[in-house]
Amino acid sequence: MRVRIDGVAVLAEPGRTVAGLLLAQGRNAWRTTREGGRPRGVFCGIGVCYDCLVVVNGVPDVRACQRLVCDGDDIRTQHGAELPS
Amino acid sequence: MSPAGAHPVVVVGGGPAGMAAARAAAAAGAAVLLVDSGAALGGQYHRQNSLHGGREFTLPAGVEHLAESQVWALEPVPGGHRLHIRTGPADSPERAGRTVDTAALVLATGAYDRALPFPGWDLPGVFTAGAAQALAKGQGVAVGERVVLAGTGPFLLPVAESLIAVGSRVAAILEAGDPVTGWLAAPGGVVAGRRRLAELARYTALLARRRIPYHHRSTVIETHGTGRVEAVTVARLDARWRVLPGSERRVAADAVCVGFGFTPQLELAVAARCALAGGFVAVDIAQATSVPGVYAAGELTGIGGAELAAAEGELAGAAAAARLLGARLPAPVRALRRVREGRRFAAALERAYPVRDGWRTWPRDDTVVCRCEEVTCGELRRAVAERDAVGVRSVKLVSRAGLGLCQGRVCGRAVAELAGLDDPGAAFARRPIAAPVRLGELAEAPPDEPAEPSPGPQQHPTRLEREQP
Ligand SMILES: Cc1cc2nc3c(=O)[nH]c(=O)nc-3n(C[C@H](O)[C@H](O)[C@H](O)COP(=O)(O)OP(=O)(O)OC[C@H]3O[C@@H](n4cnc5c(N)ncnc54)[C@H](O)[C@@H]3O)c2cc1C
Ligand code: FES
Repeated sequence: MRVRIDGVAVLAEPGRTVAGLLLAQGRNAWRTTREGGRPRGVFCGIGVCYDCLVVVNGVPDVRACQRLVCDGDDIRTQHGAELPS
Repeated sequence: MSPAGAHPVVVVGGGPAGMAAARAAAAAGAAVLLVDSGAALGGQYHRQNSLHGGREFTLPAGVEHLAESQVWALEPVPGGHRLHIRTGPADSPERAGRTVDTAALVLATGAYDRALPFPGWDLPGVFTAGAAQALAKGQGVAVGERVVLAGTGPFLLPVAESLIAVGSRVAAILEAGDPVTGWLAAPGGVVAGRRRLAELARYTALLARRRIPYHHRSTVIETHGTGRVEAVTVARLDARWRVLPGSERRVAADAVCVGFGFTPQLELAVAARCALAGGFVAVDIAQATSVPGVYAAGELTGIGGAELAAAEGELAGAAAAARLLGARLPAPVRALRRVREGRRFAAALERAYPVRDGWRTWPRDDTVVCRCEEVTCGELRRAVAERDAVGVRSVKLVSRAGLGLCQGRVCGRAVAELAGLDDPGAAFARRPIAAPVRLGELAEAPPDEPAEPSPGPQQHPTRLEREQP
Protein backbone atom coordinates (compact mmCIF):
# COMPACT_ATOMS: atom_id res chain seq x y z
CA MET A 1 0.00 0.00 0.00
CA ARG A 2 1.13 3.55 -0.65
CA VAL A 3 0.35 6.30 1.81
CA ARG A 4 1.62 9.81 2.46
CA ILE A 5 3.04 11.03 5.76
CA ASP A 6 3.20 14.81 5.87
CA GLY A 7 3.34 14.80 2.09
CA VAL A 8 6.07 12.19 1.74
CA ALA A 9 5.18 8.90 0.01
CA VAL A 10 5.73 5.81 2.16
CA LEU A 11 5.01 2.10 1.66
CA ALA A 12 2.91 0.28 4.26
CA GLU A 13 1.92 -3.34 4.78
CA PRO A 14 -1.70 -4.38 5.34
CA GLY A 15 -2.40 -4.64 9.05
CA ARG A 16 -0.22 -1.64 9.97
CA THR A 17 -1.68 0.84 12.36
CA VAL A 18 -0.90 4.50 11.79
CA ALA A 19 1.09 4.51 15.04
CA GLY A 20 2.97 1.35 14.05
CA LEU A 21 3.87 2.96 10.73
CA LEU A 22 5.01 6.25 12.26
CA LEU A 23 7.08 4.53 14.95
CA ALA A 24 8.64 2.20 12.36
CA GLN A 25 9.62 5.37 10.48
CA GLY A 26 11.54 6.47 13.57
CA ARG A 27 9.04 9.11 14.68
CA ASN A 28 7.68 9.07 18.20
CA ALA A 29 5.75 12.37 18.21
CA TRP A 30 3.18 13.57 15.68
CA ARG A 31 0.92 15.93 17.53
CA THR A 32 1.24 19.08 19.61
CA THR A 33 -1.05 19.89 22.51
CA ARG A 34 -3.60 22.70 22.38
CA GLU A 35 -2.34 24.74 25.33
CA GLY A 36 1.39 24.22 25.63
CA GLY A 37 2.20 23.06 22.10
CA ARG A 38 3.90 20.05 23.66
CA PRO A 39 4.82 17.12 21.41
CA ARG A 40 2.93 13.86 21.90
CA GLY A 41 2.84 10.39 20.39
CA VAL A 42 1.76 6.99 21.68
CA PHE A 43 1.23 6.61 25.41
CA CYS A 44 -1.28 3.83 26.23
CA GLY A 45 -1.13 2.04 22.87
CA ILE A 46 -4.67 0.67 23.18
CA GLY A 47 -7.05 3.53 22.44
CA VAL A 48 -7.59 4.77 25.97
CA CYS A 49 -5.52 7.97 26.36
CA TYR A 50 -6.19 9.96 23.15
CA ASP A 51 -2.58 11.18 23.15
CA CYS A 52 -1.68 9.75 19.74
CA LEU A 53 -4.07 11.92 17.68
CA VAL A 54 -3.26 12.48 14.03
CA VAL A 55 -5.00 13.87 10.93
CA VAL A 56 -6.08 11.17 8.45
CA ASN A 57 -7.53 12.23 5.09
CA GLY A 58 -8.34 15.68 6.47
CA VAL A 59 -10.07 14.39 9.59
CA PRO A 60 -8.31 15.38 12.85
CA ASP A 61 -8.38 13.58 16.21
CA VAL A 62 -7.91 10.08 14.84
CA ARG A 63 -6.22 7.72 17.30
CA ALA A 64 -3.11 6.53 15.48
CA CYS A 65 -2.80 3.43 17.66
CA GLN A 66 -6.29 2.25 16.72
CA ARG A 67 -6.51 3.23 13.07
CA LEU A 68 -5.43 0.70 10.46
CA VAL A 69 -3.71 2.22 7.45
CA CYS A 70 -5.59 2.05 4.12
CA ASP A 71 -4.08 2.36 0.68
CA GLY A 72 -3.88 6.01 -0.34
CA ASP A 73 -4.27 7.44 3.18
CA ASP A 74 -3.03 10.98 3.67
CA ILE A 75 -1.58 11.11 7.20
CA ARG A 76 -0.60 14.44 8.71
CA THR A 77 0.84 15.76 11.95
CA GLN A 78 -1.80 17.45 14.10
CA HIS A 79 -1.06 20.90 15.48
CA GLY A 80 -3.11 21.73 18.56
CA ALA A 81 -6.87 21.70 17.98
CA GLU A 82 -7.53 21.37 14.26
CA LEU A 83 -10.80 21.57 12.42
CA PRO A 84 -11.67 19.05 9.73
CA SER A 85 -10.57 20.19 6.27
CA MET B 1 -38.52 -4.63 24.49
CA SER B 2 -39.79 -7.64 22.57
CA PRO B 3 -39.60 -11.15 24.07
CA ALA B 4 -36.15 -11.99 25.41
CA GLY B 5 -35.68 -14.98 23.12
CA ALA B 6 -35.65 -12.72 20.08
CA HIS B 7 -32.44 -11.09 21.29
CA PRO B 8 -29.03 -12.59 21.54
CA VAL B 9 -26.72 -12.70 24.51
CA VAL B 10 -24.54 -9.66 23.90
CA VAL B 11 -20.89 -9.84 24.94
CA VAL B 12 -18.81 -6.65 24.96
CA GLY B 13 -15.09 -7.37 24.66
CA GLY B 14 -13.16 -9.92 22.61
CA GLY B 15 -10.37 -10.71 25.07
CA PRO B 16 -9.97 -13.99 26.95
CA ALA B 17 -13.06 -13.26 29.08
CA GLY B 18 -15.33 -12.18 26.22
CA MET B 19 -14.31 -15.02 23.90
CA ALA B 20 -14.91 -17.60 26.65
CA ALA B 21 -18.28 -16.03 27.44
CA ALA B 22 -19.35 -16.15 23.79
CA ARG B 23 -18.29 -19.79 23.47
CA ALA B 24 -20.07 -20.84 26.66
CA ALA B 25 -23.28 -19.01 25.77
CA ALA B 26 -23.27 -20.53 22.28
CA ALA B 27 -22.59 -24.00 23.71
CA ALA B 28 -25.66 -23.56 25.91
CA GLY B 29 -27.74 -22.87 22.80
CA ALA B 30 -28.07 -19.10 22.83
CA ALA B 31 -27.53 -16.80 19.87
CA VAL B 32 -24.58 -14.54 20.67
CA LEU B 33 -23.40 -11.16 19.46
CA LEU B 34 -19.80 -10.34 20.41
CA VAL B 35 -18.87 -6.67 20.04
CA ASP B 36 -15.20 -5.71 20.19
CA SER B 37 -13.35 -2.57 19.24
CA GLY B 38 -10.37 -4.50 17.92
CA ALA B 39 -9.97 -5.53 14.29
CA ALA B 40 -9.05 -9.06 15.39
CA LEU B 41 -10.16 -11.16 18.34
CA GLY B 42 -7.85 -11.64 21.33
CA GLY B 43 -8.02 -8.51 23.49
CA GLN B 44 -4.79 -7.67 25.27
CA TYR B 45 -3.34 -11.00 26.35
CA HIS B 46 -3.98 -12.77 23.05
CA ARG B 47 -3.17 -9.76 20.88
CA GLN B 48 -2.40 -11.00 17.39
CA ASN B 49 0.19 -9.53 15.07
CA SER B 50 -2.12 -7.70 12.70
CA LEU B 51 0.48 -7.81 9.92
CA HIS B 52 -0.06 -11.58 9.85
CA GLY B 53 -3.78 -11.39 9.30
CA GLY B 54 -5.08 -11.96 12.83
CA ARG B 55 -7.13 -15.09 12.27
CA GLU B 56 -5.80 -17.22 15.12
CA PHE B 57 -9.06 -17.41 17.06
CA THR B 58 -12.39 -18.67 15.84
CA LEU B 59 -15.79 -18.58 17.43
CA PRO B 60 -18.43 -21.30 17.05
CA ALA B 61 -21.39 -21.02 14.72
CA GLY B 62 -24.11 -19.07 16.46
CA VAL B 63 -21.74 -16.27 17.45
CA GLU B 64 -21.80 -13.12 15.38
CA HIS B 65 -18.54 -11.19 15.81
CA LEU B 66 -18.79 -7.44 15.28
CA ALA B 67 -15.16 -6.36 14.87
CA GLU B 68 -13.89 -2.74 14.84
CA SER B 69 -17.01 -1.88 16.80
CA GLN B 70 -17.09 0.46 19.73
CA VAL B 71 -19.94 0.48 22.22
CA TRP B 72 -20.08 4.21 22.86
CA ALA B 73 -23.15 4.32 25.10
CA LEU B 74 -25.33 1.96 27.09
CA GLU B 75 -28.72 2.67 28.58
CA PRO B 76 -31.23 0.68 30.59
CA VAL B 77 -34.49 -0.02 28.74
CA PRO B 78 -37.49 -1.97 30.05
CA GLY B 79 -36.47 -5.61 30.30
CA GLY B 80 -32.79 -5.10 29.60
CA HIS B 81 -30.23 -2.76 28.10
CA ARG B 82 -29.66 -0.94 24.84
CA LEU B 83 -26.18 -0.65 23.38
CA HIS B 84 -25.17 2.04 20.92
CA ILE B 85 -22.47 0.78 18.61
CA ARG B 86 -20.33 2.31 15.86
CA THR B 87 -18.60 0.00 13.40
CA GLY B 88 -15.75 0.88 11.08
CA PRO B 89 -12.25 2.36 10.99
CA ALA B 90 -11.34 3.93 14.34
CA ASP B 91 -12.59 7.50 14.77
CA SER B 92 -13.78 7.71 11.17
CA PRO B 93 -16.89 9.84 10.65
CA GLU B 94 -18.07 7.18 8.21
CA ARG B 95 -18.61 4.47 10.82
CA ALA B 96 -21.99 2.76 10.68
CA GLY B 97 -24.28 3.13 13.68
CA ARG B 98 -26.39 0.36 15.19
CA THR B 99 -28.30 -0.19 18.40
CA VAL B 100 -28.87 -3.58 19.98
CA ASP B 101 -31.17 -4.50 22.86
CA THR B 102 -30.47 -7.44 25.09
CA ALA B 103 -31.85 -9.05 28.23
CA ALA B 104 -28.57 -10.86 28.87
CA LEU B 105 -25.44 -8.74 28.69
CA VAL B 106 -21.89 -9.84 29.45
CA LEU B 107 -19.41 -7.02 30.01
CA ALA B 108 -15.80 -8.09 29.45
CA THR B 109 -14.16 -4.76 28.67
CA GLY B 110 -10.85 -5.50 30.40
CA ALA B 111 -8.38 -3.07 31.88
CA TYR B 112 -5.58 -0.70 30.95
CA ASP B 113 -2.26 0.23 32.53
CA ARG B 114 -2.24 2.40 35.60
CA ALA B 115 0.32 5.17 35.23
CA LEU B 116 1.57 7.53 37.93
CA PRO B 117 2.57 11.11 37.14
CA PHE B 118 6.22 12.17 37.51
CA PRO B 119 8.24 15.01 35.98
CA GLY B 120 8.55 14.39 32.25
CA TRP B 121 6.06 11.52 31.99
CA ASP B 122 4.41 13.40 29.12
CA LEU B 123 7.57 13.53 26.99
CA PRO B 124 7.38 11.43 23.80
CA GLY B 125 9.29 8.24 24.49
CA VAL B 126 7.40 7.53 27.71
CA PHE B 127 4.97 4.69 27.10
CA THR B 128 2.86 2.51 29.31
CA ALA B 129 4.19 -1.02 29.66
CA GLY B 130 1.04 -2.23 27.90
CA ALA B 131 1.70 0.08 24.94
CA ALA B 132 5.16 -1.41 24.50
CA GLN B 133 3.61 -4.87 24.70
CA ALA B 134 0.81 -4.06 22.27
CA LEU B 135 3.19 -2.51 19.72
CA ALA B 136 5.66 -5.39 19.98
CA LYS B 137 3.02 -8.13 19.80
CA GLY B 138 0.56 -6.46 17.45
CA GLN B 139 2.90 -4.55 15.13
CA GLY B 140 6.35 -6.05 15.62
CA VAL B 141 7.57 -2.53 16.48
CA ALA B 142 9.99 -1.64 19.28
CA VAL B 143 9.23 1.53 21.24
CA GLY B 144 12.95 2.27 21.61
CA GLU B 145 16.47 0.97 21.23
CA ARG B 146 17.48 1.31 24.85
CA VAL B 147 14.51 0.97 27.15
CA VAL B 148 14.04 1.31 30.91
CA LEU B 149 11.03 -0.50 32.41
CA ALA B 150 9.62 0.84 35.67
CA GLY B 151 6.55 0.15 37.77
CA THR B 152 5.27 -2.64 39.90
CA GLY B 153 4.03 -6.17 39.37
CA PRO B 154 4.94 -9.23 37.33
CA PHE B 155 3.67 -7.71 34.05
CA LEU B 156 7.01 -5.91 33.56
CA LEU B 157 8.62 -9.29 32.81
CA PRO B 158 6.62 -10.36 29.73
CA VAL B 159 7.03 -6.81 28.45
CA ALA B 160 10.81 -7.12 28.74
CA GLU B 161 10.64 -10.43 26.89
CA SER B 162 8.58 -8.92 24.06
CA LEU B 163 10.86 -5.89 23.78
CA ILE B 164 13.91 -8.14 23.44
CA ALA B 165 12.10 -10.17 20.79
CA VAL B 166 11.65 -7.04 18.64
CA GLY B 167 15.27 -5.95 19.07
CA SER B 168 15.27 -3.50 21.99
CA ARG B 169 17.94 -3.47 24.63
CA VAL B 170 16.38 -3.47 28.09
CA ALA B 171 18.65 -1.23 30.17
CA ALA B 172 17.00 -2.07 33.48
CA ILE B 173 13.81 -3.28 35.11
CA LEU B 174 12.87 -1.21 38.14
CA GLU B 175 10.33 -2.73 40.52
CA ALA B 176 9.11 -0.15 43.01
CA GLY B 177 7.93 -2.82 45.44
CA ASP B 178 9.75 -5.22 47.69
CA PRO B 179 10.95 -8.70 46.67
CA VAL B 180 8.04 -11.10 46.27
CA THR B 181 8.50 -13.77 48.84
CA GLY B 182 5.06 -13.28 50.35
CA TRP B 183 2.66 -14.80 47.87
CA LEU B 184 5.09 -17.36 46.54
CA ALA B 185 5.60 -18.63 50.04
CA ALA B 186 1.88 -18.80 50.84
CA PRO B 187 0.56 -22.29 50.04
CA GLY B 188 -2.55 -20.96 48.28
CA GLY B 189 -0.48 -18.74 46.05
CA VAL B 190 1.83 -21.55 45.01
CA VAL B 191 -0.99 -23.95 44.15
CA ALA B 192 -2.95 -21.38 42.17
CA GLY B 193 0.14 -19.95 40.56
CA ARG B 194 1.95 -23.14 39.62
CA ARG B 195 1.63 -22.59 35.89
CA ARG B 196 2.89 -19.08 36.31
CA LEU B 197 5.92 -20.32 38.25
CA ALA B 198 7.22 -21.95 35.08
CA GLU B 199 6.71 -18.64 33.28
CA LEU B 200 8.56 -16.83 36.07
CA ALA B 201 11.49 -19.24 35.77
CA ARG B 202 11.65 -18.51 32.03
CA TYR B 203 11.85 -14.76 32.64
CA THR B 204 14.47 -15.16 35.36
CA ALA B 205 16.62 -17.19 32.96
CA LEU B 206 16.16 -14.55 30.25
CA LEU B 207 17.22 -11.71 32.56
CA ALA B 208 20.31 -13.67 33.63
CA ARG B 209 21.25 -14.57 30.07
CA ARG B 210 20.91 -10.97 28.89
CA ARG B 211 22.42 -9.56 32.11
CA ILE B 212 19.47 -7.24 32.57
CA PRO B 213 19.64 -5.48 35.93
CA TYR B 214 16.49 -5.95 38.03
CA HIS B 215 16.19 -3.67 41.06
CA HIS B 216 13.59 -3.55 43.81
CA ARG B 217 12.49 -0.34 45.53
CA SER B 218 13.62 1.72 42.55
CA THR B 219 11.86 3.67 39.86
CA VAL B 220 12.17 6.35 37.18
CA ILE B 221 11.45 9.72 38.81
CA GLU B 222 12.19 12.03 35.88
CA THR B 223 12.86 12.01 32.14
CA HIS B 224 15.17 14.36 30.24
CA GLY B 225 15.38 15.38 26.62
CA THR B 226 14.32 17.99 24.09
CA GLY B 227 11.15 16.86 22.40
CA ARG B 228 11.86 13.21 23.24
CA VAL B 229 13.36 11.06 25.97
CA GLU B 230 17.17 11.05 25.92
CA ALA B 231 17.86 10.06 29.53
CA VAL B 232 16.04 9.29 32.76
CA THR B 233 16.73 9.77 36.44
CA VAL B 234 16.28 6.62 38.46
CA ALA B 235 16.20 6.61 42.24
CA ARG B 236 15.86 4.26 45.18
CA LEU B 237 12.64 4.40 47.18
CA ASP B 238 11.85 3.96 50.85
CA ALA B 239 9.16 1.56 52.06
CA ARG B 240 6.43 4.11 51.23
CA TRP B 241 7.98 4.87 47.82
CA ARG B 242 9.41 8.27 48.70
CA VAL B 243 12.69 8.99 46.93
CA LEU B 244 15.78 8.28 49.04
CA PRO B 245 17.75 11.54 48.79
CA GLY B 246 21.15 11.11 47.20
CA SER B 247 20.20 7.87 45.42
CA GLU B 248 19.35 9.57 42.11
CA ARG B 249 21.34 8.52 39.07
CA ARG B 250 21.07 9.44 35.39
CA VAL B 251 20.70 6.64 32.85
CA ALA B 252 20.77 6.99 29.06
CA ALA B 253 17.59 5.68 27.40
CA ASP B 254 15.42 6.58 24.42
CA ALA B 255 12.26 5.03 25.86
CA VAL B 256 10.70 4.41 29.27
CA CYS B 257 7.82 2.02 29.88
CA VAL B 258 5.82 2.48 33.05
CA GLY B 259 3.13 0.26 34.55
CA PHE B 260 1.80 0.29 38.09
CA GLY B 261 -0.80 -2.40 37.74
CA PHE B 262 -4.08 -2.01 35.85
CA THR B 263 -7.27 0.02 36.00
CA PRO B 264 -10.57 -1.62 34.98
CA GLN B 265 -12.50 -0.20 31.99
CA LEU B 266 -15.61 0.54 34.04
CA GLU B 267 -17.78 3.01 32.12
CA LEU B 268 -20.25 0.57 30.57
CA ALA B 269 -20.75 -1.22 33.89
CA VAL B 270 -21.29 2.14 35.58
CA ALA B 271 -23.75 3.19 32.87
CA ALA B 272 -25.63 -0.07 33.51
CA ARG B 273 -25.64 0.94 37.21
CA CYS B 274 -23.70 -2.10 38.37
CA ALA B 275 -22.48 -1.87 41.96
CA LEU B 276 -18.73 -1.56 42.41
CA ALA B 277 -16.53 -2.86 45.20
CA GLY B 278 -13.00 -1.61 45.74
CA GLY B 279 -12.97 0.02 42.30
CA PHE B 280 -14.04 -3.15 40.42
CA VAL B 281 -17.42 -4.49 39.32
CA ALA B 282 -18.92 -6.59 42.14
CA VAL B 283 -20.07 -10.05 41.00
CA ASP B 284 -21.52 -13.16 42.62
CA ILE B 285 -20.40 -16.74 42.11
CA ALA B 286 -22.05 -16.89 38.65
CA GLN B 287 -20.46 -13.56 37.62
CA ALA B 288 -23.83 -11.79 37.93
CA THR B 289 -23.57 -8.09 38.80
CA SER B 290 -26.00 -6.27 41.07
CA VAL B 291 -28.16 -5.52 37.99
CA PRO B 292 -30.40 -8.37 36.77
CA GLY B 293 -29.36 -9.52 33.31
CA VAL B 294 -25.89 -7.99 33.45
CA TYR B 295 -22.83 -10.19 33.97
CA ALA B 296 -19.20 -9.15 34.18
CA ALA B 297 -16.04 -11.15 33.61
CA GLY B 298 -12.31 -10.68 33.32
CA GLU B 299 -10.22 -7.80 34.57
CA LEU B 300 -13.27 -5.62 34.98
CA THR B 301 -13.95 -7.60 38.15
CA GLY B 302 -10.36 -7.81 39.44
CA ILE B 303 -6.84 -8.11 38.08
CA GLY B 304 -5.94 -11.78 37.86
CA GLY B 305 -4.56 -12.54 34.41
CA ALA B 306 -5.87 -14.18 31.28
CA GLU B 307 -6.61 -17.64 32.68
CA LEU B 308 -8.86 -16.30 35.40
CA ALA B 309 -10.49 -13.95 32.89
CA ALA B 310 -11.32 -16.91 30.62
CA ALA B 311 -12.72 -19.00 33.48
CA GLU B 312 -14.91 -16.10 34.60
CA GLY B 313 -16.02 -15.57 31.02
CA GLU B 314 -17.15 -19.18 30.79
CA LEU B 315 -19.29 -18.79 33.92
CA ALA B 316 -20.72 -15.47 32.78
CA GLY B 317 -21.59 -16.73 29.31
CA ALA B 318 -23.30 -19.83 30.69
CA ALA B 319 -25.26 -17.77 33.23
CA ALA B 320 -26.34 -15.23 30.61
CA ALA B 321 -27.52 -17.99 28.27
CA ALA B 322 -29.41 -19.73 31.08
CA ARG B 323 -31.18 -16.48 31.90
CA LEU B 324 -32.09 -15.77 28.31
CA LEU B 325 -33.29 -19.29 27.52
CA GLY B 326 -34.95 -19.76 30.90
CA ALA B 327 -33.05 -23.03 31.18
CA ARG B 328 -31.33 -24.73 34.07
CA LEU B 329 -27.85 -25.73 33.03
CA PRO B 330 -25.44 -28.08 34.81
CA ALA B 331 -23.02 -26.19 37.05
CA PRO B 332 -19.72 -25.59 35.23
CA VAL B 333 -17.71 -27.25 38.00
CA ARG B 334 -14.28 -27.00 36.42
CA ALA B 335 -14.62 -23.33 35.56
CA LEU B 336 -15.85 -22.66 39.11
CA ARG B 337 -12.73 -24.31 40.48
CA ARG B 338 -10.45 -22.37 38.13
CA VAL B 339 -12.11 -19.13 39.19
CA ARG B 340 -11.67 -19.99 42.87
CA GLU B 341 -7.98 -20.79 42.39
CA GLY B 342 -7.41 -17.81 40.17
CA ARG B 343 -8.98 -15.40 42.65
CA ARG B 344 -6.73 -16.72 45.40
CA PHE B 345 -3.73 -16.06 43.18
CA ALA B 346 -5.06 -12.61 42.26
CA ALA B 347 -5.54 -11.70 45.90
CA ALA B 348 -1.99 -12.82 46.70
CA LEU B 349 -0.74 -10.76 43.76
CA GLU B 350 -2.58 -7.69 44.96
CA ARG B 351 -1.10 -8.06 48.44
CA ALA B 352 2.37 -8.52 46.97
CA TYR B 353 2.29 -5.47 44.68
CA PRO B 354 0.44 -2.59 46.35
CA VAL B 355 0.91 0.96 45.06
CA ARG B 356 2.35 2.95 48.00
CA ASP B 357 1.20 6.52 48.57
CA GLY B 358 4.73 7.96 48.53
CA TRP B 359 4.32 8.36 44.74
CA ARG B 360 2.40 11.55 45.55
CA THR B 361 5.75 13.20 46.30
CA TRP B 362 7.08 12.48 42.76
CA PRO B 363 5.21 15.17 40.76
CA ARG B 364 6.50 18.72 41.13
CA ASP B 365 4.27 21.79 40.95
CA ASP B 366 4.93 22.12 37.21
CA THR B 367 4.38 18.41 36.44
CA VAL B 368 1.41 17.81 34.16
CA VAL B 369 -1.09 15.53 35.92
CA CYS B 370 -3.99 15.59 33.43
CA ARG B 371 -2.29 15.02 30.09
CA CYS B 372 -5.33 15.96 27.98
CA GLU B 373 -6.11 19.33 29.55
CA GLU B 374 -2.49 19.96 30.58
CA VAL B 375 -3.36 20.59 34.23
CA THR B 376 -0.30 20.67 36.46
CA CYS B 377 -0.02 19.23 39.91
CA GLY B 378 0.36 22.77 41.31
CA GLU B 379 -2.87 23.91 39.64
CA LEU B 380 -4.68 20.89 40.98
CA ARG B 381 -3.38 21.44 44.51
CA ARG B 382 -4.36 25.12 44.37
CA ALA B 383 -7.84 24.24 43.12
CA VAL B 384 -8.32 21.99 46.12
CA ALA B 385 -6.68 24.26 48.70
CA GLU B 386 -7.80 27.73 47.64
CA ARG B 387 -11.02 27.16 45.78
CA ASP B 388 -12.33 24.53 48.11
CA ALA B 389 -12.90 21.91 45.45
CA VAL B 390 -14.29 18.83 47.17
CA GLY B 391 -16.02 15.99 45.35
CA VAL B 392 -15.21 14.86 41.82
CA ARG B 393 -17.44 17.32 40.02
CA SER B 394 -16.02 20.43 41.58
CA VAL B 395 -12.45 19.18 41.29
CA LYS B 396 -13.08 18.63 37.57
CA LEU B 397 -14.77 21.96 36.99
CA VAL B 398 -12.36 24.05 39.03
CA SER B 399 -9.12 22.42 37.89
CA ARG B 400 -10.28 21.04 34.50
CA ALA B 401 -8.45 17.78 35.30
CA GLY B 402 -10.20 14.79 33.77
CA LEU B 403 -12.26 16.85 31.30
CA GLY B 404 -10.32 15.99 28.15
CA LEU B 405 -10.93 13.38 25.48
CA CYS B 406 -9.78 10.46 27.64
CA GLN B 407 -12.34 11.53 30.25
CA GLY B 408 -10.01 10.95 33.15
CA ARG B 409 -9.15 7.37 32.26
CA VAL B 410 -5.43 8.10 32.51
CA CYS B 411 -5.29 10.68 35.30
CA GLY B 412 -8.55 10.12 37.20
CA ARG B 413 -7.23 7.84 39.87
CA ALA B 414 -4.09 9.95 40.45
CA VAL B 415 -6.12 13.18 40.50
CA ALA B 416 -8.59 11.66 42.97
CA GLU B 417 -5.75 10.61 45.27
CA LEU B 418 -3.89 13.91 45.01
CA ALA B 419 -7.14 15.79 45.71
CA GLY B 420 -8.04 13.49 48.59
CA LEU B 421 -11.36 12.32 47.08
CA ASP B 422 -13.25 9.34 48.47
CA ASP B 423 -13.11 6.02 46.64
CA PRO B 424 -10.34 7.14 44.25
CA GLY B 425 -10.57 3.94 42.18
CA ALA B 426 -14.11 4.73 41.04
CA ALA B 427 -14.30 8.52 41.39
CA PHE B 428 -13.84 9.19 37.65
CA ALA B 429 -15.58 6.06 36.30
CA ARG B 430 -18.84 7.78 35.33
CA ARG B 431 -18.70 8.51 31.61
CA PRO B 432 -22.17 8.65 30.03
CA ILE B 433 -20.47 8.71 26.65
CA ALA B 434 -18.18 5.69 26.84
CA ALA B 435 -16.08 6.85 23.90
CA PRO B 436 -16.05 10.18 22.07
CA VAL B 437 -17.98 10.13 18.80
CA ARG B 438 -18.13 12.70 16.03
CA LEU B 439 -20.73 15.42 16.18
CA GLY B 440 -22.25 14.20 12.91
CA GLU B 441 -22.51 10.69 14.30
CA LEU B 442 -24.71 11.95 17.10
CA ALA B 443 -27.49 12.63 14.61
CA GLU B 444 -28.87 9.23 15.61
CA ALA B 445 -30.95 9.29 18.78
CA PRO B 446 -28.65 9.79 21.77
CA PRO B 447 -29.22 7.72 24.88
CA ASP B 448 -31.49 9.36 27.40
CA GLU B 449 -28.90 8.95 30.11
CA PRO B 450 -29.53 11.71 32.64
CA ALA B 451 -26.77 14.27 32.28
CA GLU B 452 -24.70 15.31 35.23
CA PRO B 453 -25.95 18.55 36.75
CA SER B 454 -24.93 21.45 34.48
CA PRO B 455 -22.33 19.68 32.39
CA GLY B 456 -19.73 22.01 30.93
CA PRO B 457 -18.93 21.72 27.24
CA GLN B 458 -15.81 19.67 28.02
CA GLN B 459 -17.62 17.36 30.38
CA HIS B 460 -19.39 15.50 27.63
CA PRO B 461 -16.77 15.20 24.94
CA THR B 462 -19.33 13.98 22.48
CA ARG B 463 -17.31 15.41 19.66
CA LEU B 464 -13.79 14.78 18.62
CA GLU B 465 -13.82 18.19 17.01
CA ARG B 466 -13.18 20.45 19.97
CA GLU B 467 -15.12 23.62 20.50
CA GLN B 468 -13.11 26.68 19.61
CA PRO B 469 -12.91 29.27 22.40
C1 LIG C 1 -2.06 -3.11 26.75
C2 LIG C 1 -2.10 -4.35 27.57
C3 LIG C 1 -1.33 -5.46 27.21
C4 LIG C 1 -1.36 -6.62 27.98
N1 LIG C 1 -0.58 -7.67 27.60
C5 LIG C 1 -0.52 -8.78 28.41
C6 LIG C 1 0.36 -9.84 28.11
O1 LIG C 1 1.06 -9.82 27.11
N2 LIG C 1 0.43 -10.88 28.98
C7 LIG C 1 -0.34 -10.92 30.10
O2 LIG C 1 -0.24 -11.88 30.86
N3 LIG C 1 -1.21 -9.95 30.38
C8 LIG C 1 -1.31 -8.87 29.58
N4 LIG C 1 -2.15 -7.85 29.90
C9 LIG C 1 -3.03 -8.01 31.05
C10 LIG C 1 -4.44 -8.28 30.51
O3 LIG C 1 -5.24 -7.22 30.97
C11 LIG C 1 -5.12 -9.55 30.91
O4 LIG C 1 -4.40 -10.56 31.42
C12 LIG C 1 -6.17 -10.08 29.92
O5 LIG C 1 -6.00 -9.68 28.61
C13 LIG C 1 -7.50 -9.65 30.46
O6 LIG C 1 -8.51 -10.21 29.71
P1 LIG C 1 -9.95 -9.54 29.60
O7 LIG C 1 -10.75 -10.45 28.73
O8 LIG C 1 -10.47 -9.24 30.94
O9 LIG C 1 -9.74 -8.14 28.89
P2 LIG C 1 -8.97 -7.68 27.56
O10 LIG C 1 -8.06 -8.71 27.06
O11 LIG C 1 -8.43 -6.35 27.89
O12 LIG C 1 -10.14 -7.51 26.50
C14 LIG C 1 -11.09 -6.48 26.56
C15 LIG C 1 -11.60 -6.17 25.19
O13 LIG C 1 -12.74 -5.34 25.28
C16 LIG C 1 -12.68 -4.36 24.28
N5 LIG C 1 -13.50 -3.22 24.70
C17 LIG C 1 -13.39 -2.48 25.85
N6 LIG C 1 -14.33 -1.52 25.89
C18 LIG C 1 -15.07 -1.66 24.75
C19 LIG C 1 -16.18 -0.95 24.22
N7 LIG C 1 -16.73 0.10 24.85
N8 LIG C 1 -16.68 -1.34 23.01
C20 LIG C 1 -16.12 -2.39 22.34
N9 LIG C 1 -15.07 -3.10 22.82
C21 LIG C 1 -14.54 -2.74 24.00
C22 LIG C 1 -11.20 -4.06 24.16
O14 LIG C 1 -10.90 -3.47 22.93
C23 LIG C 1 -10.59 -5.43 24.34
O15 LIG C 1 -10.44 -6.08 23.09
C24 LIG C 1 -2.16 -6.68 29.14
C25 LIG C 1 -2.94 -5.57 29.49
C26 LIG C 1 -2.92 -4.42 28.73
C27 LIG C 1 -3.75 -3.24 29.14
S1 FES D 1 -1.81 5.82 22.45
FE1 FES D 1 -3.44 6.06 23.83
S2 FES D 1 -5.09 6.30 22.45
FE2 FES D 1 -3.48 5.84 21.12
